[in-house]
Order: sequence, then C-alpha cells, then structure tokens
Amino acid sequence: MNIHKQVTTTALLLMLFATIGAALVGFIYDHTYETIKQNERQALLDQLNNIVPASDYDNALLEDSFELAPDVLLGTTEPITAYRAKKQEKTIAVIFPAIAPNGYNGSINLLVGVYRDGTVAGVRVIRHRETPGLGDAIETSRSDWITHFTGKSLGRPPGKQWKVKRDGGEFDQFTGATITPRAVVKSVHSVLLYFEANKKILLQDEVVDKGAKVAKDEKDVDTKDSHEEQKDTGSSSDTDESGSSKP
Amino acid sequence: MNTEQQTIIKNGLWTNNVALVQLLGLCPLLAVTSTFINGLGLGLATLITLVLSNTFVSIIRHWTRPEVRIPIFILIIASIVTAIELAMNAWFYELFLILGIFIPLIVTNCSILARAESFASRNPVLDSALDGFMMGLGFLLVLILLGGLREIIGQGTLFSNAHLMFGPAASNFELSLLGDDYPGFLIAILPPGAFIGLGLLIAGKNSIERFRSKKVILVSAPSRPAEASVS
Repeated sequence: MNIHKQVTTTALLLMLFATIGAALVGFIYDHTYETIKQNERQALLDQLNNIVPASDYDNALLEDSFELAPDVLLGTTEPITAYRAKKQEKTIAVIFPAIAPNGYNGSINLLVGVYRDGTVAGVRVIRHRETPGLGDAIETSRSDWITHFTGKSLGRPPGKQWKVKRDGGEFDQFTGATITPRAVVKSVHSVLLYFEANKKILLQDEVVDKGAKVAKDEKDVDTKDSHEEQKDTGSSSDTDESGSSKP
Repeated sequence: MNTEQQTIIKNGLWTNNVALVQLLGLCPLLAVTSTFINGLGLGLATLITLVLSNTFVSIIRHWTRPEVRIPIFILIIASIVTAIELAMNAWFYELFLILGIFIPLIVTNCSILARAESFASRNPVLDSALDGFMMGLGFLLVLILLGGLREIIGQGTLFSNAHLMFGPAASNFELSLLGDDYPGFLIAILPPGAFIGLGLLIAGKNSIERFRSKKVILVSAPSRPAEASVS
C-alpha cells in the first residue's frame, strides 16, 4: 500500500514539473514565433538582395518562389525552392540554391542568381564547412573572390576556361586552398548549364498562379534533359520517380 | 557579506572554476571561442541558465523526491535553455546563427547539472543564485579570455562582430591590434588552438597558485618543499 502511494506521488510530481516546463516553453514560443519568422524571412531576403539588388525588381521576391526537382547540375537530391525576380511582370533573374558537393570538407551551399540573358547576377555562399583562414575566403566577409562571378556566362569565359587557374582556367584559387574554389567554380558553371537547358520554363512569366503545374513541367524537362536520368521512361511527373533516378 | 558568501564567490571565480579546475563544459568552450564576442554570447547564455536553474532548483528543493530529482533538474534546465534559445533567436538572430547548436547544447553542459545537484539542492535560494552567478561568471571570464586571445593571435583583431551583440552602433568597436596587414595565425582559430590556449590558461592558473603557496610556505616553514599546490 505504502509503496503504491509513493510511486503515485513520484509520478505525479514528475508530471507536474513536466507540465510547468512545457507551459513555460509554450508561452515563450508563442511570444517569439512571429519575430523569429520575421527574422528568417528578412535574412533570406537580405541574401537574395545581395545577388539581385532590390531596386532591380518590383515583385514580392519571397512569394514568387517555385519548386525545382532534384538535379545533378544543381547538386540537389531533394526538391529545392528557387526565386524569380520580376520587373513589370517580366522575369529578369532566377535565383537558385545550389550545392557544390565536393568541397574540401563536405558540401558547400550556394545561392546563384542568373539573369534572363544567362549572365551570372551574383553568387553567395550560404553554408560551408571549409577550413577557416583558407577555404573560407569564399565568404564575402573574408574576401571578394565570390563577386568575380558576376557578369560571367557560359560563353564568357568559354567552357574550358570555367576552371581555377591551376587547372588552366580563368578563376583565381586561394593560397593553400584549391579544392574549395574548384568546387564552387564547377557548381556555378553547372547552374548555368541547368539554366540554359531549362530556360524556356524558368523564364515563363505567368508562373505565379500556376505554380504547381510549372513544377510538374520542370520535372518533365528534367527527365528529358539531364543525361543522368535517361533510364526514366517517358512522361513521369511525380516526385518519386524523378527522385529515385538521382545518382 | 559573510564568509560563506565569500567562499562561494572565490569558489566560482577561482578555486573551483568550472572551466579551469572542474574542466566541465569543454565542448562549447573549445568550439565557440574563436572570437571574443562569440565567447561573450555563449558565456552570457550559460550564466543566465546557471542563475535561473540554481534558483529554481533551490526553490523546489524541499518538494522533490530523491528518486526523481535528476529528471526534474534536467526538466528545469531544459525548459530554461529552450526559452533562452527562442529569445535569442527572436532578438539576437545573427548571434544565434553563429552560436547555433551550442545554445541548445547548454543543457548538456555538465556544470549546470553539477551545480544543481551538488549545491542548489542543498542550499537556500539566495546562496544558490549567487553560486550560479559566480560559477557562470567564472565560465564566462574563461570564455572571453580564451576567445580574446585566439582572436588577437589568429586574426589580429579584438571585438570583431560586436554589432551582433550590441546593435549597429557597435560595428566600429573592432580593434585592429596587430595592424591591417597581419597575415593571421591559422592554428589559433582552428580547434587545436583552443586546446593549446586552454592548456596555457590552466598552466597559468596553476603556476600562479604555486607561486602563492610557495610564498606562504616560505614564510611559515622554509624547509618544506612547495609541492601539492595543484588542485
């Protein structure tokens, strides 16, 4: 009898504290939720504005997003959200999140903006784990290296020159770090190839209200266009199939 | 201020310092102290957690039961840390991004549970709060000392990124101590630099203590060797 009572009180006690703790966290969550969402949106918008200046477009950039199916050229294995900057209803640039899979220390997450005519609007690194002091020169706070992509395109420099200098290309490497810039250069080049291959769909202007349909179309294009996905048969448009055909 | 409180203060800051003597919480200590401001941010978060958790644990110390006291302490600590994490996310967003995973990891900083168990659950509220504050302050001081040293040696600056913490007005706090063309000293910023730096700080503390005790011993009994000062 006594032991039952003891167990019950102990359990109730623990429950009481769990409830109080949960209530406290819930209360704070409720009061900070809006601010946190706001912060995240603002941080994202700031990053996008670094690539395409706010004065160049007039749409609500964050609302004008669309899903892109995974693609080798983007380095993605999951659907990602890309953004479309428009001026007077005309798409002027598309901003892709891309992944350079072969950094020195894992993958490097990039945002790559491409103008309508295929030139690079800008590139920024959003996440990486490169060596501090060596590979981290890809950050804008460390050096202006990453800004040198702006204005480049598939023809300028020509395809073979889309490499770091050590590999016979046009882009600088850093002292003591070649792998990091090599990965970034390759990834930016791939994004341009992707843009070129999917240009028609990406630059459709009436996308906003047909978001879902376009996403499907793009997946169709993926299956047709990219070389890795040839074994996919025909008109597959559901995520599973294009997802499973990744390397 | 009575002697007991003096002991608490001395314990937290020096004799029983969390980082230099107990060697607790080394994971965040070594990971985030690449700059002064990072150290300050994590140090303040830990300090607040310690004060609050010690206070609450001390308040409820008569109502817990021995069988479940550890889960209850952890519940309290986890709730406090989560609340702090949300608050930082809302009001110090950029600093939050830098400190990242180390804020929620404060929960697993053993020093916090250790103080709850070994001090707060046995002492009155005010003493416990003071103990939490002093332990937290001792930890904070080591964090900013190590962060400052690594920042100066590693990149030649001090107080860089101060605006993350003190707002835009502080963006010119940054001091270039070693000149603008200082090439940087990579190892100080990398993890090994943190180990070396902490090792030097501990060695420094021990040699200060040895020096002191030697003096005392010389006065009282000159013939005795001045060993055993390593705490």
